[in-house]
Amino acid sequence: MSIAARFRIQRAHFLLDVDFSIPAQGVSVLFGPSGCGKTSLLRAIAGLDHIPGGLLSVGDTAWQSGETFVPTHQRALGYVFQEASLFPHLDVLGNVEYGLKRVPIPQRKLSVERLCALMDVTPLLKRKVDTLSGGERQRVAIARTLAANPRIILMDEPLTGLDQERKLEILAYILAVQREFHIPVLYVSHSRDEVNRIADYLVLMDSGRIMATGEVHEIFARLDLPLAQDSEAAVVIDAIVTSHDEEYSLTELKFPGGTFALPSLSLAVGARVRLQLAARDISLTRELQSGTSILNIFPTTVEAIAPAGAAQVIVRLSAAGVPVLARITRKSAARLELQPGSLVYAQAKSVALLS
Amino acid sequence: MMLSPEDISALVITLKLAVLTTLILLLLTTPLAWWMARTRWRYRYLLEAVVALPLVLPPTVLGFYLLVMLGAHGPVGKFMTAIGGQPLAFTFAGLVIGSVIYSLPFVVQPLQNAFAAVGPRPLEVAATLRASPLDRFFTVAVPLAQPGFVTAAVLGFAHTLGEFGVVLMIGGNIPGETRVASIAIYDHVENLDYLHAHWLAGILIAVSFVLLAVVYGFNRRFRLLQS
Repeated sequence: MSIAARFRIQRAHFLLDVDFSIPAQGVSVLFGPSGCGKTSLLRAIAGLDHIPGGLLSVGDTAWQSGETFVPTHQRALGYVFQEASLFPHLDVLGNVEYGLKRVPIPQRKLSVERLCALMDVTPLLKRKVDTLSGGERQRVAIARTLAANPRIILMDEPLTGLDQERKLEILAYILAVQREFHIPVLYVSHSRDEVNRIADYLVLMDSGRIMATGEVHEIFARLDLPLAQDSEAAVVIDAIVTSHDEEYSLTELKFPGGTFALPSLSLAVGARVRLQLAARDISLTRELQSGTSILNIFPTTVEAIAPAGAAQVIVRLSAAGVPVLARITRKSAARLELQPGSLVYAQAKSVALLS
Repeated sequence: MMLSPEDISALVITLKLAVLTTLILLLLTTPLAWWMARTRWRYRYLLEAVVALPLVLPPTVLGFYLLVMLGAHGPVGKFMTAIGGQPLAFTFAGLVIGSVIYSLPFVVQPLQNAFAAVGPRPLEVAATLRASPLDRFFTVAVPLAQPGFVTAAVLGFAHTLGEFGVVLMIGGNIPGETRVASIAIYDHVENLDYLHAHWLAGILIAVSFVLLAVVYGFNRRFRLLQS
């Protein structure tokens, strides 16, 4: 099942022209700089703005097509706005139940108790909304959205205005919700960090156009996109906790291309985590190094090389199919005689745990 | 008691007129104010000017046209006669019509401002939570515009209490039917009966003050609540 959208929005200084589809599962992020049309597109998808000639379908349901335009309140969608936008005249419970009450009983699939517990809003239910902190407000807003039993949740930069700690907290809640209820999320963001942490699928936007769509691992490693050229270029890798090394306080994680050892994580064996490998933290060797302090080494095949400035190149590697980027000097690439197909060992100086 | 039975009857008529006028205005103008607060119609300002006219026109001008319209030879008067009724001039019903027009801006403007202050966002949120347009209006727009309703009701009521010129023009001064407090005061002064004039005038001042204090007090509390 997938979600397909086609819109052409002409604004005074701006043309948005998009045609794309995303899988109706997991978290898809509409990613691009501020002002590239992400919010306009999300509003068109929600039906908050009626864009004549647009096309939008979720699975086999057409929400907009030709003359058909299903008004927002008849679309089974949820929308989390940049500001929590809670109703000030209702208490927290009133807010959470607002959408729920409007869903016919047979269509109510989620247990409100369960989702309130999951979002940790149960202790807040009797509170007035103007007594909540920013993070609490956004949690209530997400719970309210979920309670209306949406088939898809749209989120428009829901972390705006929160401090870093709160951001991570809300992201963790969004991921927990995603795992528990399996509702597809379309998330608008201009923050690479947020994308790294939650995106499964990426829709890359710039100046009103779609530059690329695809799996986040794949898009990050595409040398023809500006993401890989950026000095912050990195890939994300999903791995599974396999064992804990008590003696050295390390946790071992496995991904298809090899293993990682990270300082002890308080996670159960079998837990899924997301790791980030920055391209500038990867060095390459022809032979497997033994006399090195680096623990995280895995074999890879060079797939492509592209220049990155005058002195450096960016190398796309495949670790058993998992894309990895390495940013090294042009001189090193020449010395190693790197070319597509070369077998090299990737050494990761640092591995960041994202979730 | 310093109020004569005629004065009490004038106060009762005034009160009845103000209550009816306020209710009718709230019912009739809420949709108008809602529409005016949200429309992007380019000529909205013309309608706003028309609504504001009673603010600036001398009441005698309003009263004069109403008299012409409602009297036996006016279009409304003829229509009333044709359907077996009687002309509305010099009746309580005519007074109500006059008051509705006279106090129109005092009800429409606070409502329009209150609806505009609600903004589109809460209504969009409600739409994404499955609320139909009518549902959104009653469960989101009206509760959030509540201070505007209080202001509109009190201002409409208080302004009708103080009505004089329009009433004089179209209501005449029929005791027990169209003689309102403001006109009774005028009569007392004409007859140099200052004592009764004082009593009626004092009551109007007291009632108006209390009502306005309620509005300002309520709006202040509301602002505190929002901050």
